[in-house]
Amino acid sequence: MMLDAAVAGELLPLAFLAGVIGLDVVSFPQAMLSRPIVASSIAGAFFGAPVAGLVCGAVLECFALESLPVGASRYPEWGSASVVAGAIAAQGATAVALPHPSTFVLAVAVGIITAWVGGWTMVQHRRLISSFAHPRLDQLAAGNRRTVVGLQVFGMTVDLLRGAFLGIVAFVPAYVVIPWTSAHWSVSENLTRAVVVTCGAAVAATAVWKDFHAISGTRRLFLLSLSVGTALVVIGA
Amino acid sequence: MPDVVIDSGEGTPSAPAAPVATIPSLDAATHIAMFARCLAIQGSWNYEQMLGNGIGFCVEPALRQLPGGLDGTAYRQALARQSAYFNAHPYLAGLAVGALARVEIDQVAPMRIERFRTALCGPLGAVGDRLVWASWLPACSLVALLFFGAGMSTVGVVTGFLILYNVGHFILRDWALRAGWRYGLRVATALGHPVLQHGPRYIGRAAAVVGGLALPLAAHRAIGGGAPLSATSIAVTVVTPLLAWLLVRTHGRVEGWRVVLLLLAAFALYSVVR
Repeated sequence: MMLDAAVAGELLPLAFLAGVIGLDVVSFPQAMLSRPIVASSIAGAFFGAPVAGLVCGAVLECFALESLPVGASRYPEWGSASVVAGAIAAQGATAVALPHPSTFVLAVAVGIITAWVGGWTMVQHRRLISSFAHPRLDQLAAGNRRTVVGLQVFGMTVDLLRGAFLGIVAFVPAYVVIPWTSAHWSVSENLTRAVVVTCGAAVAATAVWKDFHAISGTRRLFLLSLSVGTALVVIGA
Repeated sequence: MPDVVIDSGEGTPSAPAAPVATIPSLDAATHIAMFARCLAIQGSWNYEQMLGNGIGFCVEPALRQLPGGLDGTAYRQALARQSAYFNAHPYLAGLAVGALARVEIDQVAPMRIERFRTALCGPLGAVGDRLVWASWLPACSLVALLFFGAGMSTVGVVTGFLILYNVGHFILRDWALRAGWRYGLRVATALGHPVLQHGPRYIGRAAAVVGGLALPLAAHRAIGGGAPLSATSIAVTVVTPLLAWLLVRTHGRVEGWRVVLLLLAAFALYSVVR
């Protein structure tokens, strides 16, 4: 199946959204528009299914808790990836509906893969800036204002394009296989959601368990509040 | 933020001293320009200069006040100094930007500025990573999941998270820039602020509590709500801790999302080919 005209017309705005959100990850302004729960919801809303985007974003947020964006380390780029995931999750969903089960799995899996590839593209982006800066080091050493500003603008422009390109490259093939996976999906809706959510919750619990281990008493607090949270679900709060 | 200044020389806190006597004025337009540029401080982040060019980019509006202006030798030499290698946490880099702008305007000796600049790198990175990436961000993220689990609308979850996170974010950035400018060479004083020193501990504890409440509620909503004692809910409640335990056991060897990706791929394959 190819892209229908309506979706094809939305590719450019989707690319722009993926670019802007990708830019927020590191370059500008790091206001956490790039967190999955935000980016996926925005993308879902863009395709008319904000709740599907939100649910997908909540699961991806659980995965993102595990990776801290510390300095020069390579980490998954969740911004553009979450835009792609939210856009996929929204396919076939209505404004207030949860994502279709097969689409939900596809959206989360594509989101994770895109985040991983996005981390690699960030490394390449940084190397590209180094290459661009290298022949201009003499001008920087001379205190050339245009070189300083130009390098900054170059880095941000390339980052915007990186996110946009990544968004398109990840979305189109996933969109094309959605009808096929939906037609062949044989596991029940409840079980499908349960598998995806279990994976997300387990990773999030692991992240909280590890991230705050150095602070005394934190793990006891976590287990205690986990019991309270579970009790709230059981009593239907 | 405190007004009491502790004279710390070039990087190590020491005995209390008198408040800073004369602070050169920084007009509002320059302050706003520097603040806005700080939001893009990582725009040219790379493995050779790291944040270096970004520091030069952010300090530049203040350097225009140097004798000779944009065409002066002092301006060009200062911009060259400030565009060299530097590394720090992006939010706390404002402390360096403010302090470095201040010492340039005060026309401190170049060698001293370079030593000061070198000394600033390490602490700003470590303190910022601990406070923001390892505490504030995950805490706000867990609050967002709690909002979601509590049944809030998409707009409510997204705006609630963005407002909460960015109140802390922008206050920290603005304080950093102002404190850097105020203290100049004695900027190490600002790093002793109680929020920077003890914030991660309190935020971490709060995050653990929020996380414990959020995860069951969020998981319940994401599987579609319904009866809490249904087979699906019970299965999620039983399997999630087991999977989490396995992931904790693999800590340091493999990241959870990689394991989960394999599980999801296997599950999808099973579902479409059976």
